[in-house]
Amino acid sequence: MDINTLQDQIIEEFEIYDDWMDKYNYLIELSNNLSIISEENKLQSNLIEGCQSRVWLNATLNDEGKVIFKADSDAMITKGIVSLLIRVLTNHTPKEIIDADLYFIDKIGLKEHLSPTRSNGLLAMLKQMKLYAIAFNAKLNN
Amino acid sequence: MSYDINKIRQEFPILNRKVYGKPLVYFDNGATTQKPNSVISSINKVYKDINSNIHRGVHFLSAQSTDAYENARRVVKEFINAEHIHEIVFTSGTTASINLVAFSFGEKYISEGDEIIVSSMEHHSNIVPWQMLCERKNAKLKVIPFNEKGDLLIEEFKILLSEKTKLVAINHVSNTLGTINPVKEIINLAHKKNIPVLIDGAQAVQHITVNIQELDADFYAFSGHKIYGPTGIGVLYGKEKYLNTMPPYMGGGDMIKTVSFEKTTYNDLPFKFEAGTANYTGAIGLAEALNFVSSIGISNIRAHEKALLDYGTMKLSEIESLIIYGNSNNKTGAISFLLDNIHHSDVGMILDKMGVAVRTGNHCTQPVMDKFNITGTVRASFAMYNTKQEIDILFESLNKILEMFS
Repeated sequence: MDINTLQDQIIEEFEIYDDWMDKYNYLIELSNNLSIISEENKLQSNLIEGCQSRVWLNATLNDEGKVIFKADSDAMITKGIVSLLIRVLTNHTPKEIIDADLYFIDKIGLKEHLSPTRSNGLLAMLKQMKLYAIAFNAKLNN
Repeated sequence: MSYDINKIRQEFPILNRKVYGKPLVYFDNGATTQKPNSVISSINKVYKDINSNIHRGVHFLSAQSTDAYENARRVVKEFINAEHIHEIVFTSGTTASINLVAFSFGEKYISEGDEIIVSSMEHHSNIVPWQMLCERKNAKLKVIPFNEKGDLLIEEFKILLSEKTKLVAINHVSNTLGTINPVKEIINLAHKKNIPVLIDGAQAVQHITVNIQELDADFYAFSGHKIYGPTGIGVLYGKEKYLNTMPPYMGGGDMIKTVSFEKTTYNDLPFKFEAGTANYTGAIGLAEALNFVSSIGISNIRAHEKALLDYGTMKLSEIESLIIYGNSNNKTGAISFLLDNIHHSDVGMILDKMGVAVRTGNHCTQPVMDKFNITGTVRASFAMYNTKQEIDILFESLNKILEMFS
């Protein structure tokens, strides 16, 4: 499934929740399904430090030339949003990730969580995902 | 006199706001307090009626704004019962006040091998300026530890005090734990060895009576915006004998007597430490805030907030999996806690959607978090306008959050 189809799928999933509590409940539920970074990969170098919550992110390039992201967070709501970002961006080529326009965050009303003033590590994580893709892309083109 | 909470709340227009369609429960007073009508209108009045740069003006408006500014200094002096009006220096806030002392006192009195004592429950603002000073002068920072309850270990402090100690810098009230520190005792102990003491009063002046002459503090710092005044204005009280001998912190207008390229002479106190155009609007607003606090009476506010703190502690303790950090017998202002094993930012974000504003994270006190081996807490901090009903809302909201995570 391409990145935009995945985004549209998430937007549709969130459409049934008009209440904030339901949205947060769903994020907490999603946080349990996250492809979690293994404990040995929870290294300082994989840590994206926010003032409020912490996010760990690890990326590898598989044999098919696709980026596999794994992540974790110590806060559940952050983790739920992390799981959405991973769902959309994992298992795609570096080029697709670099070109991705992530509109779903805004559409499901979680934009505030990705604002630079929310020091939860999410914006830095998204940046880091793109940086991984750029690095892998350079490696593939060498 | 009875405490008319409804009348008090009516003075704070922001309390009528709704957030996400719910009535606002504002429990983030430790970060900043809301402003009463009198403060808001005084700022308005400055700009509408008397705005003009203060000091040295020859015209009518300048005289009026100067009078209002200097009257604000008098209000501050009386509020904290300082001996002299020229011991009141206006700054931009507590942080600026502490940095001023760290620089100017440091220049004059600190040299290599000297020691400065702080505590491990200080706000970063009362740690980092001293670390910077120590780095500059090759001096050492010594730290008073605290116990599980959140009380400073005074016996340890006695051991740290030595002939090398040149200054003690301690908060009056901990912003994270709410502990009211025994600053009078600390000052007495330090003074026996002729060591001056700076008190960070950022979390104290709005909650408890501060009597500078009785405390005999050598420096006392606080912020306007935490005591119902405007942002960007703060106070440094300093004893004349120190302020007179300390070099200026910043150079510029208003702090000089004469300037030539050969020799510049500095102005008298307090102007020596007020370089540049002062925040006279802020100072005038702050005076209004202090007058407002005085009209209600700080001891009445203390009694009201004590009742809130006791009630809040009792209610929150009903939640079995909730841990309160900071259990001193002598507390004011705030309850810091963690709910079950739920991350503080999750609790804060969900409370927000329920209309309850709290602060989460390390509260600029990382050493306190390290002591308890946690990354942060949820802090509910109280002000004169908070109510027991609001604590009930917090209590119910926390129970709902528990359900969400169960």
